[in-house]
Amino acid sequence: MKYIDEFRQRALAQKLAASIQEEADSNRQYNLMEFCGGHTHAIFRYGVQDLMPSNITFVHGPGCPVCVLPIGRIDNAIQLLEQHNVILCTYGDMLRVPASGRKSLLKAKANGADVRMVYSTQDALKIAHNNPDRQVVFFAIGFETTTPPTAVAIKQAHMQGLKNFSVFCNHVLTPAAIQSILDSPEVRDIKSVSIDGFFGPSHVSTIIGSRPYEFFAKTFQRPVVIAGFEPLDVMQSALMLIRQLNEGRYEVENEYTRVVTREGNLKAQLLVAEVFEVRRLFEWRGLGMVPNSALQIKPHFADFDAERRFKLPAIQASDIKGCECPSILRGVKKPTDCKLFGTVCTPENPMGSCMVSSEGSCAAYWSYGRFRQPDDKTKREGVAV
Amino acid sequence: MCLALPAKILSIDKITDMAIVAVGDVKKEISLALVEDASVNDFVLIHVGYALNKISQQEAERTLQIFAEAGLGGGGPV
Amino acid sequence: MTTRKRFPLPLNTQDGVVDMAHGSGGRAMAQLIEQLFIKHLDNALLRQGNDQACFNVPAGRMVMSTDGHVISPLFFPGGDIGSLAVHGTVNDVAMSGAKPLYLAAGFILEEGFPLADLERVVISMAAAAKAAGVAVVTGDTKVVERGKGDGIFITTTGVGMVPDGVNISGDCAQPGDAVLVSGTLGDHGVAVMSSRENLEFDTQIESDSAALHTLVADMVKAVPTIHCLRDPTRGGLATTLNELATQSQVGIRLEERAIPIQPAVSAACELLGLDPLYIANEGKLIAICPAKEAAQLLAVMRAHPLGQQAAIIGNVVEDPHSFVQMETAFGGSRIVDWLASEQLPRIC
Repeated sequence: MKYIDEFRQRALAQKLAASIQEEADSNRQYNLMEFCGGHTHAIFRYGVQDLMPSNITFVHGPGCPVCVLPIGRIDNAIQLLEQHNVILCTYGDMLRVPASGRKSLLKAKANGADVRMVYSTQDALKIAHNNPDRQVVFFAIGFETTTPPTAVAIKQAHMQGLKNFSVFCNHVLTPAAIQSILDSPEVRDIKSVSIDGFFGPSHVSTIIGSRPYEFFAKTFQRPVVIAGFEPLDVMQSALMLIRQLNEGRYEVENEYTRVVTREGNLKAQLLVAEVFEVRRLFEWRGLGMVPNSALQIKPHFADFDAERRFKLPAIQASDIKGCECPSILRGVKKPTDCKLFGTVCTPENPMGSCMVSSEGSCAAYWSYGRFRQPDDKTKREGVAV
Repeated sequence: MCLALPAKILSIDKITDMAIVAVGDVKKEISLALVEDASVNDFVLIHVGYALNKISQQEAERTLQIFAEAGLGGGGPV
Repeated sequence: MTTRKRFPLPLNTQDGVVDMAHGSGGRAMAQLIEQLFIKHLDNALLRQGNDQACFNVPAGRMVMSTDGHVISPLFFPGGDIGSLAVHGTVNDVAMSGAKPLYLAAGFILEEGFPLADLERVVISMAAAAKAAGVAVVTGDTKVVERGKGDGIFITTTGVGMVPDGVNISGDCAQPGDAVLVSGTLGDHGVAVMSSRENLEFDTQIESDSAALHTLVADMVKAVPTIHCLRDPTRGGLATTLNELATQSQVGIRLEERAIPIQPAVSAACELLGLDPLYIANEGKLIAICPAKEAAQLLAVMRAHPLGQQAAIIGNVVEDPHSFVQMETAFGGSRIVDWLASEQLPRIC
């Protein structure tokens, strides 16, 4: 597969590992946060940590749209199904996520609700066309990458005058979340774990460009490297972050030049601006209320806004007591620091947001890395033997 | 997570703004509504049934070259 | 002397459908059995028309296995529920090292299911059974009301005989053993997914659905000391290896580069955010044997048409946690865990 296989070559990984080993200063720690679940996934799936010196720690951030969606919003989706009898179209990622009262979309489906897994917003439009006597709602989740496809569907529904299609919008914004992490008292506290640098999101940046990160690279004096999701991209980006830190620089650099520009995809940005506006406040699971961190549908397209159409109430659902997700999402604690990890909270029975999706740092720890061979010479995370 | 992957455009339907793309041996129909001037044989990054961006062959080769030099050089500021 | 025709009108397999009468035990059911099931699955034992089959068996150890088959869509590239119902049970019997002898088949049909589709399924079943040299000697038909079934469910039960001196079981893996697979992984699951609504993608991949007992016979004959055999169906290679590791109280270490996967399967998995190690197979087996026999076993497997792409993919290690671990093709390592539940496409 072109542009995939080349970026997973073992021989190049060995070369990059040698360079990193050589350039990393053995007298210091490098705590590098990968904001995106996609990077978390690559690090665990390919075992990238094993190729890194022991003083480089990957800190897993909150960049997984499934993990950060508050429970109340899933409760709303289940209300749409059970009280309004809609056909709910969703990406597969959301089906298993636990809502209040041990419910989930899959369980609602088992109880007779009409939940359809779709691959694309185009499929949701098709379902609306094919079921003219039913209200069809698309459960829109995701970051800036996933927002433009939702905008396209709303515009198409508007042009076609579809009366039975609407969108339950939960799209969120990356820069606001990164800023919220850096602004939090526990991260700013010198005594706790500090985050030295960031892997910038790869696919989000294809849309928004690299420019939005410049503000906080400067403000918080942290280097940011926009990194591709392939394992070699992650390693090269780590090397670039190490160099910036060694040289005392804090700039935005772009490793993922094959797709990302400074400006991003203007056509997609204009579409999003036409259909959506910023929400003043939105709750992130694990981070709490984050200002200006999400989108809502503009009044001009109000007919396609499921929240307005079905007058959905705001539901406050609380997370589980003892769950350390808020600190884990900020990189202050590791999954293994949580009392619930692996005891009451597992991928089969997720309690907190980080265990919900395979992208979440707890789930990734559990599935790919929870036990490492103790006899290995390289540094292993989460040793429990 | 934003799962997106490189795919090659095999054919374009100008009327519907849809394209058939190939990932390896697998073909899928996707929308071109988010990209400008994509043409057959271009590689695009596809995500939830949409092309997000074109992929620059020149930049991909340059990046691989940097890897091959084991990180010598680096990316530099954008 | 002429006999009166039992059924004045032939069964309408053109545009007829299953109705409740076909399960009622009356004439309609008798006609369905005679003109559809017996017609295609024909053999002397089935033709006797009893509620059971009575046959002689050789002396020795008998194995028995049963398997329910439910699948959507019913017809998929490379197979259908009919051939699958034969292969699934033949393989479960064969994984003990046994030679499968006879099958029993129970059909649960949904009211309104087209008789044309039913006939297509039964013809496919008959062809699979004939190819495998295993007769369907007894059966049962029930009909449920519309909406209470998914068109058709088929449960097959098989019996077979194990050769003397063969002792193959999931709890026999020992540290030091080699782990082998008989070919490429994930073909069946990807073929089925490619024809599911709203996920459609176009691929040449076909299900690997096949009866593996002749491959097993060759393997057992060459290496009677095989410790474990299992076909990695639901949950794929990863789930099956975790089962074996737990049963045998050992760990398993895999070498990702050695695991055979077709490029198109890899591509489909990339597209949907799935891991091929967790995807179902219906014509593959995993074998665990003493390391000193591994080369010979591999040669025998590769000499068989269903094992041409067989490979040694790892080995058994001591591990109190019974983990399956993998050295990744990239040069790192990871755990290959149990699947939390059904693998869902992961895209946003």
